[in-house]
Amino acid sequence: MPPPPDLAEIDAPTRTVRAPTMHDSAVRHVCGTAVYVDDIREPEGMLHAAVGGATVAHGRIKRLGLDAVRAAPGVVLVLTAADIPGRNDCSPVMGDDPIFAGGVVEFRGQVLFAVVAETRDAARRAVRLAEIEIDAEPPLVTVDQALAAESRILPDYTFRKGDSAAALAAAPNRHAGTLRIGGQEHFYLEGQVALAVPGEDEMLVHSSTQHPSELQHTIARMLKLPQAAVTVEVRRMGGAFGGKETQAGQWAAIAALAARLTGRPCKLRLDRDDDMIMTGKRHDFRADYQIAFDNDGRIQGYDVCLASRCGYSADLSGSINDRAMFHADNAYYLPAATILSKRMKTHTVSNTAFRGFGGPQGMLAIERAIDAIAWTLGRDPLDVRKRNLYGNGRDMTPYGMRVTDNILPEMIDALERSSDYRARRRTVAAFNADSPLLKRGLALTPVKFGISFTNTFLNQAGALVHVYQDGTVHLNHSGTEMGQGLFIKVAQVVAEEFGIDLDRVQITATTTGKVPNTSATAASSGSDLNGMAAQAAARAIKARLTDFAAAEFDVPAEQISFRDNQVFAGNTAIPFPDLVHKAYRGQVSLSSTGFYRTPRIHWDAKTATGRPFFYFAYGAACSEVTVDITTGEMKVERIDILHDVGRSLNPAIDIGQIEGGFVQGMGWLTAEELVFDAEGRLLTHAPSTYKVPCASDVPADLRIALFDGPNREETIYRSKAVGEPPLMLAISVFAAIADALHSLSPGKSVPLNAPATPESILHSVKELARA
Amino acid sequence: MSPQPAHDITLMVNGEAIAESVEPRTTLVDFLREALGLTGSHVGCEHGVCGACTVRLDGVIVRGCLTLAVQCDGRRVETIEGLSDSGELADLQAAFERRNALQCGFCTPGMMLTAQELLAAGGVPSRDTIRAHISGNYCRCTGYHAIVDAIESVAQARAQQG
Ligand code: FES
Ligand code: FES
Repeated sequence: MPPPPDLAEIDAPTRTVRAPTMHDSAVRHVCGTAVYVDDIREPEGMLHAAVGGATVAHGRIKRLGLDAVRAAPGVVLVLTAADIPGRNDCSPVMGDDPIFAGGVVEFRGQVLFAVVAETRDAARRAVRLAEIEIDAEPPLVTVDQALAAESRILPDYTFRKGDSAAALAAAPNRHAGTLRIGGQEHFYLEGQVALAVPGEDEMLVHSSTQHPSELQHTIARMLKLPQAAVTVEVRRMGGAFGGKETQAGQWAAIAALAARLTGRPCKLRLDRDDDMIMTGKRHDFRADYQIAFDNDGRIQGYDVCLASRCGYSADLSGSINDRAMFHADNAYYLPAATILSKRMKTHTVSNTAFRGFGGPQGMLAIERAIDAIAWTLGRDPLDVRKRNLYGNGRDMTPYGMRVTDNILPEMIDALERSSDYRARRRTVAAFNADSPLLKRGLALTPVKFGISFTNTFLNQAGALVHVYQDGTVHLNHSGTEMGQGLFIKVAQVVAEEFGIDLDRVQITATTTGKVPNTSATAASSGSDLNGMAAQAAARAIKARLTDFAAAEFDVPAEQISFRDNQVFAGNTAIPFPDLVHKAYRGQVSLSSTGFYRTPRIHWDAKTATGRPFFYFAYGAACSEVTVDITTGEMKVERIDILHDVGRSLNPAIDIGQIEGGFVQGMGWLTAEELVFDAEGRLLTHAPSTYKVPCASDVPADLRIALFDGPNREETIYRSKAVGEPPLMLAISVFAAIADALHSLSPGKSVPLNAPATPESILHSVKELARA
Repeated sequence: MSPQPAHDITLMVNGEAIAESVEPRTTLVDFLREALGLTGSHVGCEHGVCGACTVRLDGVIVRGCLTLAVQCDGRRVETIEGLSDSGELADLQAAFERRNALQCGFCTPGMMLTAQELLAAGGVPSRDTIRAHISGNYCRCTGYHAIVDAIESVAQARAQQG
């Protein structure tokens, strides 16, 4: 159990923290003066790179004819695997992602070479002149093909709790089903881009990346340079969503290689089609489940096999599939469970991190199983959900961690009331009884999302804080800004610590030169980790200032306080800058690093037990939809969301994360469809064919409230992580569509796969008619 | 394919007369960004879908990635930088800031130009009209709700001021 929260500390008034402060770059964004990597003023002599990819999904390269490419106008250099002085690899862990493929190609579009030219246009045009001959072999494209061929990228992994086979055998009711869950393209508005600038012995790389340290290590390894000679910097990204965690590395590496070999700066900005073809996406899954339950709908056992398309290499698939397993229970107590994960190798692009990181897919499967229980028993799915929530004496997860901070029963009750669920349930039923072609559906689903990197050692962060003689503060930390508002939140924490105005804190670009050995800004952990690290740095300086002031004004240290841009020493008040200046003359160090590692988490992969998460973030959403069963069109009528962010560091930013995350999740489950043909060609490789939500697709009636309660764990100002969890609120939309379809054949299971595009909905309508 | 001969063009960009020599296939957005250093117009998809490159040509919004620089010879181009300096967008900018209608900000300049076009038509458009009008500008971060709020609040404020 966490120690009982210290209410005095939690409720202490704050000055900058918890204020709905606008994004630190808001003014720049609305004026168009925010600088992204592609906007950096081009250094003298800068070259441009473009890449060429494999023309088939699987095979052996017979000939890579690049003479015409080399001879094309403006071309300075053509790069292949042979030009790499060090290791030809940009993988995060396993060493299986060549920067340039050599003998074998394993997905269509896999990079074989790069052209470096005087202009971007010249580079891109020259790429097309390559003569590529590949001895094609049949590719494995789908999860089913990979399962049939037993083609794995990583070994299977299983969580076991109790004897689920026995529970299934003994239970009065059982249901088995298969759910197919599609992947998702990130479609960050700013595509992949990097600019490498060579120095004396050094290399500076500006990259749109969530993981500067990993890029630094990749580039050093590739160029055979010491890590200390490579600096990676990022001020901001134009969106990332997980797609710039590992996927930014290859482009930065190619730009750096070109810069190293030519001695000139080089920029690589991927063309959007290349970006969509060559970078990984959310994993698509096939979930086969069996669920056992009593006559009240209480789950007795759950067996699920989660098989995912990982693509040609491991990338982060290990952790992503682990997280799918960690969320296979979502919010529900499973007395007995077997959770089997299969990580399938296919000849497609290597799938990667995407907001939720496998969690959403694990959750979607059990939410479908819960619906199936309700359909079988003729109950309201909400009642079945409530009956199965974690609770007293029912708090052990399938991976040996107790759920001790569960607030879902309270949240669901509150949302059930505020959304008027029961009355609307009756209205929906009445509507459907009279409406043969338009069907309404309603669903209220919960989210419980584990917060921490499940790779325990990654839960660390650093910060660097300087105070200058004019009392302004320079803030740097290991987190990266991708729009999520991390920088402003951490700045609020530092301003609070010194009792100064927010505009006295200078936010600066993330760079490996200031804070080393960082983890990716991922797993929703940004403000939890970096907020704490920056607070530690600020506190170290503040402690020195306090000691100095105590001596200077001859008062006990307890009587020194920092607020309203002043420092109070007993009855004396001195402006913060004046104290700082005095301290400088008093030879006090005004700079400090800060470091944080998440306490109390541990994980034993062998026994598949431990406490992988520091805490859980919770949420619940109620969605109502209308489905036209003749066209498959779907309209979202209303969404009610209640979401838990602990005590928010910045409610404006957090609500933005909830709105955006929800809509992105809705896109994943209702509209965004990745289509590969039998040859492994991605057919939806541009926004003209891949449909991300636009303004007219999102629900007009969207009601969002924050659940006000402190984090029971000691996080920064008792806030909670908010980046990923809201995405999974959109499961309620998917469940509401299934609910609408269920009205066509009450008692039958709805065979609806994700995404529930009009096509998928129509297919489901047909299946129901046939059954 | 070898580069084609450059064309000399003259145009007004944000009220300033510009004379430049451009390759015939240079797009307007590349021209603005690379030749003039006006990087507030962004390049998202490079084929006319996302709206990040939205600029004004003779008072009408166009996609900078689908318009060639040579097409702008003798014409008037306005970008986020110009509209920001002139103060034309001041209330809309303030509303975007206030309502947190931006996250990564990459879509923001294009979104504001599109919104301003609707607002300039006058009246208070319905939320559905606003949603429809900006539906050619993608935002992957915000989910649009805050953007619609911001635009609606400006429409109401402008209508009140008459
Ligand atoms: S870059 Fe022009 S519409 Fe996307
Ligand atoms: S704010 Fe990121 S795309 Fe709109």
